[in-house]
Amino acid sequence: MEHKLRFKDYNEALKENKLLGLKCKQCGQISASPRIACAKCGSTDFDIMELKGKGKIQTFTSIFVAPEGRESECPYVVMLVELEEGPWIMGNLVGVEPDKVTGDIIGKKVKMSSTGVFSGDKYSAGDIARPLFSLEN
Amino acid sequence: MRKVAVLGVGMTKFSGKQDKTAVELFSEAAMDAIVESNLKPKDIQAMFIGNCLSDFAEGQGQPQAFAAESIGASNIPANKNEGACASGSVAFRDAYMWVASGFYDIVIAGGTETAAKMGTPLATRTFAMFSDGRYEYGCGLTFPGVFAMLANLYAAKYGIPMEKFKRQLAQVSVNSHYYGARNPKAQFQKEITVEDVLKGVMVAYPLQLHDCCPFTDGASAVVLASEEKAKKLTNKPVYVAGVGQASGGNLASQQEYLPRIRARELASKQAYDMAGIKPKDVDVIELHDCFSIATLIALESLGIFDYGKAAEAVEKGETKIGGKIAVNPSGGLKAKGHPIGATGTAQVYEIAKQLRGECGERQVEGAKIGMTDTLGGDGGTIVNVILKKG
Repeated sequence: MEHKLRFKDYNEALKENKLLGLKCKQCGQISASPRIACAKCGSTDFDIMELKGKGKIQTFTSIFVAPEGRESECPYVVMLVELEEGPWIMGNLVGVEPDKVTGDIIGKKVKMSSTGVFSGDKYSAGDIARPLFSLEN
Repeated sequence: MRKVAVLGVGMTKFSGKQDKTAVELFSEAAMDAIVESNLKPKDIQAMFIGNCLSDFAEGQGQPQAFAAESIGASNIPANKNEGACASGSVAFRDAYMWVASGFYDIVIAGGTETAAKMGTPLATRTFAMFSDGRYEYGCGLTFPGVFAMLANLYAAKYGIPMEKFKRQLAQVSVNSHYYGARNPKAQFQKEITVEDVLKGVMVAYPLQLHDCCPFTDGASAVVLASEEKAKKLTNKPVYVAGVGQASGGNLASQQEYLPRIRARELASKQAYDMAGIKPKDVDVIELHDCFSIATLIALESLGIFDYGKAAEAVEKGETKIGGKIAVNPSGGLKAKGHPIGATGTAQVYEIAKQLRGECGERQVEGAKIGMTDTLGGDGGTIVNVILKKG
């Protein structure tokens, strides 16, 4: 059985600022990252959809100690965003000073403003795109 | 299923970088466990080792095969069980089932890791491999990052001001160091204060250095046997009363359930039901305090304290020996150390010693029921074990 949407296609679309998701044709459940079967009903019958990239911050952290090879990115904000369509997704928050961000930002609205690409290392089997969010005014 | 006992237990000293290999460390812990069981290596019928990263740390794959040969249990079936930081407990649970089923009578379970040997940058990179490598690592997620996000979520959900919460989190680490100072095998045998924790370098906001467990080299091993064999070999048996295991998807997929860990709630329910006990019946627990916040989340998901109440309970001393439940008298992952694949069976080591009354000044007097709780990744693997004094 083949995937309706694979990492490769999701990743390529994200690099072009398109955040793809899956909508289950059986139960309507929306998933933000590719999978072969619906988490809710187990169906494999999906429509690929484009997510709006809008949502609210559920939680965050500012990272000061990076993994090997990513030291120059520090500090940076990682967060979990609850998208308007329902699912949560991980992304980075840009346009803020990471060492000054506090819990006040939880609950604030964000919008995907661009895409970041980790160019990959010897372990990652290629590059990995991720959504970059900005606070909405 | 048959009743299964934990016989001898062994554990190396946990420490920073050692000059021993992962196979050597495991072999030392295993021989201690075998000798304490009044057995010879040739009596061991199968081996189950928790190990995650000996390939990255030392260029050593399948350490279990070389460990079996090293201890003189040549040619026995030897498995490596990988469930991130819960690997040792996955190994223990599998070993338990092979004996409970009647297939084997005597087996050894354990774990070994040389995580400190890697150094912080490579260790941080390889530990991050236990989160979702495709959909979350791209964001630069680290393990302190996972738990830092859970800490911020916890504080927001339960309305705890961060300044107050930071002191409550610090108290978790202070408690771990208090007991670590009383455990000769602990990596850190030094007490610390709340102020020491609050002075530490920031790792991932709001978690500072002393909110995080260290990278550790070490190994642990325990012998499991059928009740029939155990009765002939020891007059101080400890029995496996319940086991539970569950898995979970990546952090974002756990969404509104967070900061609760669903896999832990499922695994612990299996273990409580199998043992026929309630959380309040547990006298002593070794739980997965990889970060200060992880202790609070574990205490609640295990049903020991109500949701949002664990921080206050720690502050009041309810998790110390003499409190409602003795938590991590070994010093936990924070002070005893966290050689990831070895952690689960090191928890079993401590609980077995506690139930036998062999823990000296960190002894929980009269302990009859003990429990372990081991978490792999960000909820990817959870294992719980309940042990009862024989």
